[in-house]
Amino acid sequence: MIKTLAVHIKGFVWDSVLTPVFMVLEVIMETIIPLLMATMIDDGINKGDMNHIVITGLWMLLCALIALFAGAMGAVFGARASAGFAKNLRKAMFENIQTFSFANIDKYSTAGLVTRMTTDVTNIQNSYQMLLRICFRAPVNLVAAMTMAMLINARLASVYLIAVAILALVLTFITIRTYKYFSQVFERYDDLNASVQENVTSIRVVKAFVREGHEVGKFHKAANNLYRLFVKAENLMVATSPVMMLTVYGCIIIISWLGANMIVGGSLTTGELTTMLTYCMQILMSLMMLAFIFVMLTMSLASAKRIAGVLNEKSSLTNPGNPDYEITDGSIDFDNVSFSYSEKSEKPVLNHIDLHIGAGETIGIVGGTGSSKTSLVNLIGRLYDVTDGSVKVGGKDVRSYDLETLRDGVAVADATEEECMEACRLACADEFIQSFPEGYHTKIEQGGANVSGGQKQRLCIARALLKKPKILILDDSTSAVDTATDAKIRRAFAEKIPDTTKLIITQRVTSVVNADRIVVLENGEILAVGNHDELMKTCPAYAETYIEQTVGNGDFDKKGGA
Amino acid sequence: MAAQPGGPHRRNMQPRPKVKNPGKTFKRLIALIMKRYKVQFILVFICIIISVLASVQGTLFIKNLIDDYIVPMLSQPTPDFTPLLLAISRVAVFYLIGAAANYAQSRIMVYVTQGTMRDLRCDLFQHMESLPIKYFDTHPHGDIMSVYTNDVDTLRQMISQSLPQVFNSVITIISVLASMFAISVPLTLVTLVMVFAVMMISKTLMGKSSRYFLAQQTDLGKANGYIEEMMKGQKVVKVFNHEKKTMEDFNELNETLFRSSYNANMFANILMPINAQMGNLSYVLCAVVGGALATAASGLFGLTLGSLVSFLSFNKSFSMPINQVSQQINSIIMALAGAERIFSLLDEPSEKDEGYVTLVNVREEADGTLTETKERTGRWAWKHTHQATGEIEYKPLRGDLVMDDVDFGYTDDKMVLHNVTIYANPGQKIAFVGSTGAGKTTITNLINRFYDIQDGKIRYDGININKIKKSDLRRSLGIVLQETNLFSDTIMENIRYGRLDATDEEVIAAAKLANADSFIRQLPDGYNTVIKADGGNLSQGQRQMLAIARAAVADPPALILDEATSSIDTRTEKMVQDSMDKLMKDRTTFVIAHRLSTVKNSDCIIVLEQGRIIERGTHDQLLEQKGKYYQLYTGNAS
Repeated sequence: MIKTLAVHIKGFVWDSVLTPVFMVLEVIMETIIPLLMATMIDDGINKGDMNHIVITGLWMLLCALIALFAGAMGAVFGARASAGFAKNLRKAMFENIQTFSFANIDKYSTAGLVTRMTTDVTNIQNSYQMLLRICFRAPVNLVAAMTMAMLINARLASVYLIAVAILALVLTFITIRTYKYFSQVFERYDDLNASVQENVTSIRVVKAFVREGHEVGKFHKAANNLYRLFVKAENLMVATSPVMMLTVYGCIIIISWLGANMIVGGSLTTGELTTMLTYCMQILMSLMMLAFIFVMLTMSLASAKRIAGVLNEKSSLTNPGNPDYEITDGSIDFDNVSFSYSEKSEKPVLNHIDLHIGAGETIGIVGGTGSSKTSLVNLIGRLYDVTDGSVKVGGKDVRSYDLETLRDGVAVADATEEECMEACRLACADEFIQSFPEGYHTKIEQGGANVSGGQKQRLCIARALLKKPKILILDDSTSAVDTATDAKIRRAFAEKIPDTTKLIITQRVTSVVNADRIVVLENGEILAVGNHDELMKTCPAYAETYIEQTVGNGDFDKKGGA
Repeated sequence: MAAQPGGPHRRNMQPRPKVKNPGKTFKRLIALIMKRYKVQFILVFICIIISVLASVQGTLFIKNLIDDYIVPMLSQPTPDFTPLLLAISRVAVFYLIGAAANYAQSRIMVYVTQGTMRDLRCDLFQHMESLPIKYFDTHPHGDIMSVYTNDVDTLRQMISQSLPQVFNSVITIISVLASMFAISVPLTLVTLVMVFAVMMISKTLMGKSSRYFLAQQTDLGKANGYIEEMMKGQKVVKVFNHEKKTMEDFNELNETLFRSSYNANMFANILMPINAQMGNLSYVLCAVVGGALATAASGLFGLTLGSLVSFLSFNKSFSMPINQVSQQINSIIMALAGAERIFSLLDEPSEKDEGYVTLVNVREEADGTLTETKERTGRWAWKHTHQATGEIEYKPLRGDLVMDDVDFGYTDDKMVLHNVTIYANPGQKIAFVGSTGAGKTTITNLINRFYDIQDGKIRYDGININKIKKSDLRRSLGIVLQETNLFSDTIMENIRYGRLDATDEEVIAAAKLANADSFIRQLPDGYNTVIKADGGNLSQGQRQMLAIARAAVADPPALILDEATSSIDTRTEKMVQDSMDKLMKDRTTFVIAHRLSTVKNSDCIIVLEQGRIIERGTHDQLLEQKGKYYQLYTGNAS
């Protein structure tokens, strides 16, 4: 995983190397300053040597200036390295996602992909910067200060060693325990928010059944539980601050006592004692920093895993070695086709489909929700690959075509508004926008606020027609085209693209009665194939549906063109 | 003391959100905490003062250690360590008290913070449940949710961290400054000049940085928006072979984001070494000046070695609280912006209910009079207490609903219903038909008073519904909505939602009536199967049947049904249809009809167009009229 991500530092390797170098330089300068202070006190102040004081002061000044420069450089390179790393990660993911098949996209879900490209990358950017700047700084600071302390007085410095050991133990214990508690707390917290969400969306039900009091009671109970868990977890966590305080104070007391004894005994100077006390803070603070970084990095580990997952994902659809770049005609053959979205699912979405469609035919595909109509046509444009059997277009297996060629040959006039708008937005730069009847040149706003429903539909169909495809797929499952418009569109198809094979997917039997043949799908299997009159006689399910939808029953207010 | 995720210095850089009335919001927030945690709050302040003073006395002790113990002892032939031991023990005791105070403060704050959070969440939820439907229609659900998640969370940060931190810093600044002045006036002045310089530099840098952070925020928003759009449209991108163009657009956005992010982070990062090294410069300056003062004829400023060491220690710890105050003030402002949103939800006016007529169970005595009873009798009556006389009248609940010349608009300036008059006798079935937006759903929303009418009257068994207590009115009306909302609970509890005291047997009976029993029994845990994510694991038809069962268990005298539009899955549909028919039997029913069979079987069909009733009558009557209904029925739009 680390390797997958690390590759994308390319272009920012120097920044990534220089950042810690400068940070270490800064730390070293900062550790030298207290050391100089010791000689200033012992050889300058105590001896009344003003000259020495000024010279040492100048040295200290130089150290501070070098530290300032190094710190600033570390800041610049660190920012560049992390921002660049984030940029590369976003780019690499986006590029890889472009090669994804529908199956790949389904695996992550669009929301999942968005999170990975936004929040997760930001997390990694922050952590990487932290890693370069503080992760090197803190241990070096710890080691440098400890070494200096050792050099001054090994016996006194051993106090720090013990303090560090104790503090490290306590911090580790608290961190592990609180981590466990907090993961529980957050689970409950999510549950609580989920129940708020539920109440917001179901408010009509709550109010209609007068269940406000009941819901409030449930919520109070949950909120109280959450309160108890939070208190338990936080009570543990807040111990860090006093523990840290006690350690610092303990060190100061012990160092003062031992130091005073040593000074009086002649084995330590006053200057050295003050320096020791300064290092005390440096050592313990850098330890706290390390603990904090550790928590930060573990938190971003999940993000790193998610990103690496996307980067390593291989498209399940690949171009063949020697692709075909021409589709001869619009004939379609399903040869014993079975298909499942996931290998794990028991029941296939499409089960042993055998269907042969000639070029130029108009085929209606009817079936209820979940009858796999859309899955069936998705296989033609190779949005998914079959699990078993084969799909042929123009007599050749779809897997032998170049993907771009195939998809250019198979046009989808999807009438669901959202996807249609997407298509239009994507296409705004294209020439067809100029041919749009209203002749508008403005960009289509998000959600298509500036275009009417009817216009959208025409726009989509116009776009499909412009591609002059070999196969045209019309999905009107969710559309509300009125009968008159429907007829107009049909006429346009017959006149302008007679050789194109037309597939119409629908729930409304009435919109396919004129098709050359109608395929009735149920639960992923073909129930019957034939023209309207044949099916009325041979397929009871079809006949029943037709009658229900036209005379006896059906959607009352959707029948007409109101 | 533990740093917060995200890094405190980073938050400092971000542009401050706008708060309309920070002073008022802050006061209200403090009042809210004080209401329940006054004693704890005061205790926390005392603890903070103790803990700060303990730390300051420790630093001051270094002066005594050197000047009063080490230096004199150096000149003693046989140094006596007893006084030093006593002094150090005293300091140690103070330190212990300080650490204890710090721990106590943290513990108390946990209770105050979490308690306040719990109270706020409960208040928010309770108030939210009391809000009118209009509120939910006019506020995006994401915004409402964000109050519970983001806003309450930033508030938690503020109460548990920022408030004590700021107080701690202020006390520290005051006591350190006082100690420094006590040790040496000239050195303190040097320190203050340096602090002032640091503040000036920080301010300039922060100005620059927050500009870049704003730019980064905008660029990030743009890139995220594009990513979101492309991910959602990924399938379309593929179908239309648009990958190349998409990649180019994305690269451009990504490059812009890189630049602004680099700049923003660079300035934010630089602030840290500048703060630290300016602190070191100040330290060096004081050391040199102090060294000179200490060696010079000590009569002038009286600076001893011990004082200098103590002072330098203070000098090092002086800049930290100042930085902290400026950081915490930013998070306080952010929290106040959140608090403002929380309070604005809490200030939303609740649904008004001036009704006084209640719904009670009654028993009919031999002489035909009605007597109120506690237990469920299956017979209901309106208990009408006449306001003038105090006389109590029981009117049997029949389900007689009348709308008389009703006008209604969701806002006062735009009416959506005009002169609507409807009569429904008990047990009658009234169907509303018309195209989307004709006002069918609106009418049903008025009957159970989800919305109040602007003009006209609605009478229920002869009583103006404004006089009926809302909860009793709604209890008398069952409802099955087109969108079935289920709750994360077992199927059993979801059905029981209709009547909380229903027994398991009653629930199962209702499920049977709704034709839901057979599919429920096929689920892994039967009636105890837990529904997740609003019933995503059930089919549309199954969810509808559960909603019907829920209404059935409530057994209301009147019903509002919003039929779902049909799909081709005829078998399930027939079952849903059948269960609806059973539910409607012998109840006054208002049905927003989509299905022809429902419409045909209605006692009265009301055809709506643009908020007006244009036709009414039975199926046969309306067909004869050859009007809109005829058009809808035959599917021949003129």
